[in-house]
Amino acid sequence: MNLRRKFWQDLALYLITTFGAAVMVFPFLWMVSTSLKQHAYVIENPPRLLPPDPTLENFVKAWAANNFQLYFRNSLIVAIITTSFAVLFPAMVAYAFARFEFPGKEIIFYALLLTLMIPGLTLIIPQFLLAKALHLRNSLWGLIIVYTATFIPLNSFLLRGFFEGLPRELEEAVLIDGGGYLTIFLRIVLPLSKPALATVAIFSFLFSWDEYVWSLTAIDDVSKRTLPVAIALFQGQHGTEWGLVFAASLIAAIPVVAVFVSMQRYFMSGLTSGAFKG
Amino acid sequence: MLSVKPRTRLALTAYAFLLPGLALFATFMIYPLLKALQMSLYEWSIFPGRESSYVGLANYAQAFRDPIVTLAFRNTLLYMAITVPGQMVLAMIAALLLNSIVRGRVFFRGLYYLPVITSWVIVSLLFKYLFEWPNGLINYLLVNVFHLIAEPVQWLYQPSTALVAIMALGIWKGIGWSMVICLAALQTIPPQLYEVASIDGANAWHRFWKITLPLLRPTVVFTLVMLVIGAFNVFISVALITGGRPQHKTEVVLTYMYHQAFDFLDFGYGAALSYLLAGLILVLSFLQLKVLRRPQELY
Repeated sequence: MNLRRKFWQDLALYLITTFGAAVMVFPFLWMVSTSLKQHAYVIENPPRLLPPDPTLENFVKAWAANNFQLYFRNSLIVAIITTSFAVLFPAMVAYAFARFEFPGKEIIFYALLLTLMIPGLTLIIPQFLLAKALHLRNSLWGLIIVYTATFIPLNSFLLRGFFEGLPRELEEAVLIDGGGYLTIFLRIVLPLSKPALATVAIFSFLFSWDEYVWSLTAIDDVSKRTLPVAIALFQGQHGTEWGLVFAASLIAAIPVVAVFVSMQRYFMSGLTSGAFKG
Repeated sequence: MLSVKPRTRLALTAYAFLLPGLALFATFMIYPLLKALQMSLYEWSIFPGRESSYVGLANYAQAFRDPIVTLAFRNTLLYMAITVPGQMVLAMIAALLLNSIVRGRVFFRGLYYLPVITSWVIVSLLFKYLFEWPNGLINYLLVNVFHLIAEPVQWLYQPSTALVAIMALGIWKGIGWSMVICLAALQTIPPQLYEVASIDGANAWHRFWKITLPLLRPTVVFTLVMLVIGAFNVFISVALITGGRPQHKTEVVLTYMYHQAFDFLDFGYGAALSYLLAGLILVLSFLQLKVLRRPQELY
């Protein structure tokens, strides 16, 4: 192809791609800008993208506001414990599916598959009654247990696909040496599956960090609230204090962005491998 | 242990591995799934000790008579009909663009993916702010910058325009996800195919329709099925942006279900509504796979 034509074609491609990216990112820039504005500038018309006299006041205020640090801590506890359960238990399920034959395998498989298609909210009324009966309401454990259960099907499928691709020779060697299946699982399968486990861990962490509806439903006790609920309620109460709302939102988004940026590779590979396995 | 047959012993080992995960799954997923079905057949009493009465299909019959349910289903279907093709087409264009640029692909992919990783709560509040009246950014752009309309629109206070804002959010937030999946599939297509086609005189348009799209078919089908399921799950954006207002006109199935269950404490009716939605999703997913997948693609 003619070089000059190639140059213009590339330029056009980059311009369109950049325009698309701008549309995707601009709302976030607007959010950041608003969070840096003093209140008087937030409601000003015409609005300005670059905040005059930018200030971190909103961030300081949000961080120091009632219970914000407590909510941040609650969210972190829930997300971390959920992530470890939502990796370990599905890994065990996936190992059983990848390496063993047992009665009921097929029906369990279809039960897992079925729940992937049904809206999570279909279950929320009985889950609410169950949490009440088991004294899991107003407890972070109520969140952790339900989030973990939610993740069993998806994570088991993702990991099963990965485990099936692992070579069996090492595992057979362990058996010949007199080791058991637990040794195989802990010493061979898990260490060889770090990329897949990382992918599953990232998705589980992000989901439990951001989850809103179950947290809203299961928790009434103010001191047990998580960040997404706190932020939504805060906006409901302080309708026009957008600078403060977005400062709080941005603080809440920091762990998400940190995980995403540092682990983008695992993240994307997980997404696409899940896609191709169906 | 010696008396146990090896096959039985292997099965027992498997169950030991399954136990913690499946116990949680059975208790907090399968039991609620069946319980919800049972509840949907009852006038469910929320007071302990008071009997719930079996009412057969009365809750479902009520749903078919309830004009807000009709509206909520219509809004949900409309949301699906607009956001699914919107996401799919824009994601495909974005994937083709990213696939044809060499430098900065990972960077741009990250930017397009940003809305996907941001929580629904945050982006819903963000769109609520953007579509505010009279001083929201969207109104400012339309009135003062592009001069497309004379007066600021009360986007979130009228049913049709509020749904526009909610659907715009749905599309904007979802593009990155479908794009990443399409992009990965595009990268598996051998470039030789395009070279041969070019030699035969096929232009870019033909190459897309005759090579790219047929090869991407399984990916597109998968993505469509997932997007349809996702669209029926629309909840947080509606709950936070309009809350179904004004007068339940912007209600979707799940917001109305939640409203019935946790504001009016009509658990039986709420369960029936969620089962209607789940049934619709299962039927539609099945039909899509049946119609869109060719027989040889049963993987």
